[in-house]
Amino acid sequence: MSSLLKIRGLKIDGRSDETWNPIIKGVDMDLKKGEVLGLIGESGAGKSTIGLAAMGYTRDGVRISEGTVEFDGIDLVTASAAVKRNLLGKRIAYVAQSAAASFNPAHKIIDQHTEAPVQHGVDNRANSAADGMELYRKLRLPNPDEIGFRYPHQVSGGQLQRAMTAMAMSCRPDLIIFDEPTTALDVTTQIEVLAAIREIVEEFDTAAIYITHDLAVVAQMADRIKVLLRGDEVEEADTRTMLSNPQEDYTKSLWAVRAFERPAKPAVNTGSTPVVSVNGITAAYGKTDVLHDVSFDIHAGRTVAVVGESGSGKSTTARCITGLLPPRIGDISFDGEVLPGNYKKRNKDQLRQAQMIYQMADTALNPRKTIGQIIGRPVQFYMGLTGAERRKRVNELLEQIELEPDTYFNRLPSELSGGQKQRIGIARALAAEPKFIICDEVTSALDQLVAEGILRLLGDLQDKLGLSYMFITHDLATVKAIADEVVVMKDGKVVEQGPKLDMFTPPHHAYTDLLLSSVPEMDPDWLTDLLQERGVDNIGDAAVGKM
Amino acid sequence: MSSLLRIVLQRLALGLVTLFVVSIVIFVAVNLLPGDFAEAILGQGATPESVASIRRDLGLDQPMFFRYIDWLKGMLTLDLGTSFAQLNFANFGGAGTTTIAEQIAPRLGNTMFLATVTAAIAVPLAVTLGILAALYRNTAFDKIANMFTLSSISSPEFFMAYVLILFLAVLNPIFPSLSNIFEGMPFSERLEKSMLPALTLTLVVTAHMMRMTRAAIINLLASPYIEMARLKGLSPMRVIVKHALPNALAPIINVIALNLAYLITGVVVVEVVFVYPGIGQLFVDSVKIRDIPVVQACCLIFAAAYILLNLTADIMSILSNPRLRHPK
Repeated sequence: MSSLLKIRGLKIDGRSDETWNPIIKGVDMDLKKGEVLGLIGESGAGKSTIGLAAMGYTRDGVRISEGTVEFDGIDLVTASAAVKRNLLGKRIAYVAQSAAASFNPAHKIIDQHTEAPVQHGVDNRANSAADGMELYRKLRLPNPDEIGFRYPHQVSGGQLQRAMTAMAMSCRPDLIIFDEPTTALDVTTQIEVLAAIREIVEEFDTAAIYITHDLAVVAQMADRIKVLLRGDEVEEADTRTMLSNPQEDYTKSLWAVRAFERPAKPAVNTGSTPVVSVNGITAAYGKTDVLHDVSFDIHAGRTVAVVGESGSGKSTTARCITGLLPPRIGDISFDGEVLPGNYKKRNKDQLRQAQMIYQMADTALNPRKTIGQIIGRPVQFYMGLTGAERRKRVNELLEQIELEPDTYFNRLPSELSGGQKQRIGIARALAAEPKFIICDEVTSALDQLVAEGILRLLGDLQDKLGLSYMFITHDLATVKAIADEVVVMKDGKVVEQGPKLDMFTPPHHAYTDLLLSSVPEMDPDWLTDLLQERGVDNIGDAAVGKM
Repeated sequence: MSSLLRIVLQRLALGLVTLFVVSIVIFVAVNLLPGDFAEAILGQGATPESVASIRRDLGLDQPMFFRYIDWLKGMLTLDLGTSFAQLNFANFGGAGTTTIAEQIAPRLGNTMFLATVTAAIAVPLAVTLGILAALYRNTAFDKIANMFTLSSISSPEFFMAYVLILFLAVLNPIFPSLSNIFEGMPFSERLEKSMLPALTLTLVVTAHMMRMTRAAIINLLASPYIEMARLKGLSPMRVIVKHALPNALAPIINVIALNLAYLITGVVVVEVVFVYPGIGQLFVDSVKIRDIPVVQACCLIFAAAYILLNLTADIMSILSNPRLRHPK
């Protein structure tokens, strides 16, 4: 059988500072009709660039410098814009990472669905809309006949992602590029989307390139896996071989990350006063209560992981602890002393004791200040150090986060990698010499290897400085790796809490069980087995329940 | 929809407060002008007695605060008062007096007519040019369109006016160079006579609107949904008109409103060059003779036009946002 997509010697350049640098260094790829190829690698590996190049498309500041991308015998590198336009949307379709950003906010979902078929002359509007509803039904979207008439902002992320898969299917293409379609979703939602994608790709015998950084996800979706590293191919093999017998060291290191786990500390002495105590807080945005009677303790030198899906109240709890959102009922105490609800009424020492590290290091660091200024500011503000003393302290902090002080002191955040920026965020929190740090999804924007480095660093700092962490995350692998105790939240309530070991051993609360069983595993049969176990209908019900 | 209504009402209330503050500023500023009506009208023949007499007749000898309250009361009852010049002539046995409202109404009507004609040409022209410039960005077309509109906005209005007169009235007599329109003139003739000032104003306002349209669209071209539209194989024109433009409306509407306000309040020079009997001319004449009630009334109308147009722009930008039009 001849291949549908044949890429040979693909080299792609990216422009930075007026010069062209290679970002893809010669990649070959073959894809047969109906076959799913998984592209896996960390950020910067060039996965998305290759995915887009397979459509003959490059983003601004990127160009294909060499090689051929042959789709059904047509070389997309040399083809005219008109020839490519005729293929795109009709025979090759794209599913983007964030459906919320990739649907046009100004038009209804169904109008965007019918656009490609109508513009390509495949079908008329009415037929295509009817087909859209049929696809929505197949993808188990709730209210399939009605949901298309909403605007994108009126539909949840997981549902939008399925609607986008339906949109990609609208012309029944031969090839679909899935570019990290579930990365932005919660684990329970991710399962629904994965199942939907896999089913519909099988039903229409569509070939697909599935791009992701998540090994367990690609194991469920792909027939073959290709591993990329900095624009080069590392190795390629069929999924089962790749999982059971990876050849290259890099691939093995990717596989090994999941094994990282800190030993849990011994149980807390029941008589000791917790560092932070959340006492029955109920908090509201406007008139709606979003937290209901939340209570938990964080003891000295311990890590409490707060787990839950988006909208469960994890970050709101953090806002209450920091005093950004005064609770309506209940209070927060620190070392046994009740803190004022509003941060404006807390004194400098109370503020100093609790620091925060954010998810997006990119937006949490002032892009116009140097690293020295960013870390020096809290050193001066809280500790009153100036001049040479301040510089010395900043250097110490940089050493603590394993960055060489002289190299980084005068750099701007834009000159650092994602992991380095997150380290700066940690140093800034440490500058206040706090007892307690809130880590809000600090590793979710990072690659697994980098994330592991951050988790190790946080663990070492905890041992050295006796810090207590409240670790907000939706990723249960992270919880396994770092937590001593776990608090599971849902809809603003604590549904279960206790030591980590108890959490990960059955019996669980039903919701904890759902969360735990939804985390993809490396076993390629995991999704199939799980779907059978839960029964297909349950997935649809879960989606309706989330509306 | 109730949240939308609340926003609109809030803006409306804020507009009224602004108008009130502006009325104070106008009154104080106009009263700070050196010289007054009595001195201006009597000129060389001013004796202290005659000046005092005229001042007494017009109420200019009252403290400023009382005069402001009087004026504000009049404004609230839509009574713009009577021009000093008219009052004075009446005292000397002139013809029956006309109120300021009667004086301003036809002039304001003329200005609105000119603004409407200009807007009807300039807005579609600017938006179309902006879309095309965004579509063919960084090509010769884009550069020429930018250069042409920029040079026309950078030249003084009277210069552009004389250039147009030279080419469209003197060398090629297509349009009349004098725009002395009057009441009862048939529409077509009125339109023809207004054409040159309208074209001059078009040249002045197009650049701003066109550049904003272009910038607002280009700003969106890196969005994921634009990439998605391209990856659906849509034509570049459709990507811009159907996918970028609806999301770029808010800034474009704001710039359009600002320029429309300028068409009502900033056209003095063009009116003078073409002898167009608009409100700008009346305003300048009244300043010359310190006819304070007329100056104040004109200022207030200008301020109201600005506030009203910006209010409309605000509301329309809000309406262009589907998140507000269709809440969850």
